[in-house]
Amino acid sequence: MYAFNYHRPDTLEAAAAALAAAEDGRVMAGGQTLIPTLKQRLASPSDVVDLATVPGLGGVRREGDAIVVGAMVRHAEVAASAEVRAAIPALASLADGIGDPQVRNCGTIGGSIVNADPAADYPAAVVGLGATVRTDRRTIVGDDFFTGLFETALDEGEIVVSVSFPVPRRAAYVKFPNPASRYAVVGVMVADTASGIRVAVTGAGDSVFRVGAMETALAGNFSADAIRNVAVSQDALNEDIHASAEYRAHLVGVMARRAVAAAAG
Amino acid sequence: MSVNVSMNVNGRAVCGEVEDRTLLVEFLRENLRLTGTHVGCDTSQCGACVVHVDGRSVKACTMLAVQAEGAEVTTIEGLAQDGKLHPMQEAFRENHGLQCGFCTPGMVMSALDLVERNPDPSSAEVREWLEGNLCRCTGYHNIVKSILAGASAMRGGS
Ligand SMILES: Cc1cc2nc3c(=O)[nH]c(=O)nc-3n(C[C@H](O)[C@H](O)[C@H](O)COP(=O)(O)OP(=O)(O)OC[C@H]3O[C@@H](n4cnc5c(N)ncnc54)[C@H](O)[C@@H]3O)c2cc1C
Ligand code: FES
Ligand code: FES
Repeated sequence: MYAFNYHRPDTLEAAAAALAAAEDGRVMAGGQTLIPTLKQRLASPSDVVDLATVPGLGGVRREGDAIVVGAMVRHAEVAASAEVRAAIPALASLADGIGDPQVRNCGTIGGSIVNADPAADYPAAVVGLGATVRTDRRTIVGDDFFTGLFETALDEGEIVVSVSFPVPRRAAYVKFPNPASRYAVVGVMVADTASGIRVAVTGAGDSVFRVGAMETALAGNFSADAIRNVAVSQDALNEDIHASAEYRAHLVGVMARRAVAAAAG
Repeated sequence: MSVNVSMNVNGRAVCGEVEDRTLLVEFLRENLRLTGTHVGCDTSQCGACVVHVDGRSVKACTMLAVQAEGAEVTTIEGLAQDGKLHPMQEAFRENHGLQCGFCTPGMVMSALDLVERNPDPSSAEVREWLEGNLCRCTGYHNIVKSILAGASAMRGGS
């Protein structure tokens, strides 16, 4: 790990100012991705700005028809939150399936979505539940947040403050986990929401994507059978030591059917 | 850049000068000489470095020392009281829960976080919980047995 200057600002404004003043500043949340990245020297920021003591980034609360999760809320807190478990159990179980207990005790929702790992779980919730992401500058619709492999719509120095998840009528997330890391080889969130049926897939492509044909089929008949014949093209799907593109395309169908069955049941 | 950190480790107020990039596990092992916390992988996979920070189990190789400023830290050295092993440590000894012992401090610290949340876990819940702790020797069976026995002893059972 190269040397850097560590900052622990007490306000969001001070955090933004520290980032702006730095030659190459990086925010730190749970550090579960950032610290391994620094160790591997895949990143060498001049300054690391820890959000741990910035107020207003924690807590889970109900706001009207939505559950709002602060950017610094850890995976273990989402998994254990009575509010989340009551309103969106699919979100609690998604958080409970991330990595291992120690990763869940440190890693945050903000860090996970900003990192935008193609195999991360939370992107499926943000897009699948039709969430919106609030930053220190604006609000970004979940569908527009993830723009590519490890890429988001955030501008330089922009800080995520919270994520707002509209409460769905029913939803379920099912993933085929990598047996070692628990990252999603393929993960599918299926949700029946006020704005229609949503099917979001993580792990399979560069970035999370929706499957329109499944959404249409499920709108007429919310059952696993309704999407049995919806084929997902393997073009542009990920291919690596864990799974071929063809296998991933197959898994999208299997995980989606399991998610529909779980949501319907 | 170097900074002073202070925290409470195993009930004792400690401070020391570290670099901004110094890991918590380095501070514990090198500054404080608490070498019970091991480094197995240094890539966040193995759990040999698990300690508790403010009551949560974390991988000390994936946290900066400065992030633990002002925190309550407990390491494996903080468990035994007056020369008497903690019931979870005793359970590992009784049930042959270790062979080389390299993974053991992390296993014990992780197990205690589980028992804190779930005092009477099933064997499946123990196995699930150990996702972040690797052991190259035991095949896990006796580790699970030890944790179940330790949890039982902590509940006041035999
Ligand atoms: C062993 C292991 C297994 C894992 N398994 C899984 C898994 O199964 N599924 C899964 O989804 N993830 C998994 N992860 C990743 C984990 O969820 C991370 O916690 C997460 O990706 C990053 O969150 P963090 O809070 O640790 O962020 P950090 O590592 O602190 O930051 C990550 C990135 O986000 C930026 N950032 C953080 N917060 C903000 C913010 N509020 N605003 C702007 N930028 C921000 C940082 O600058 C950095 O670039 C695993 C990690 C490990 C080490
Ligand atoms: S040394 Fe920390 S997880 Fe392996
Ligand atoms: S006892 Fe040797 S690694 Fe677990």
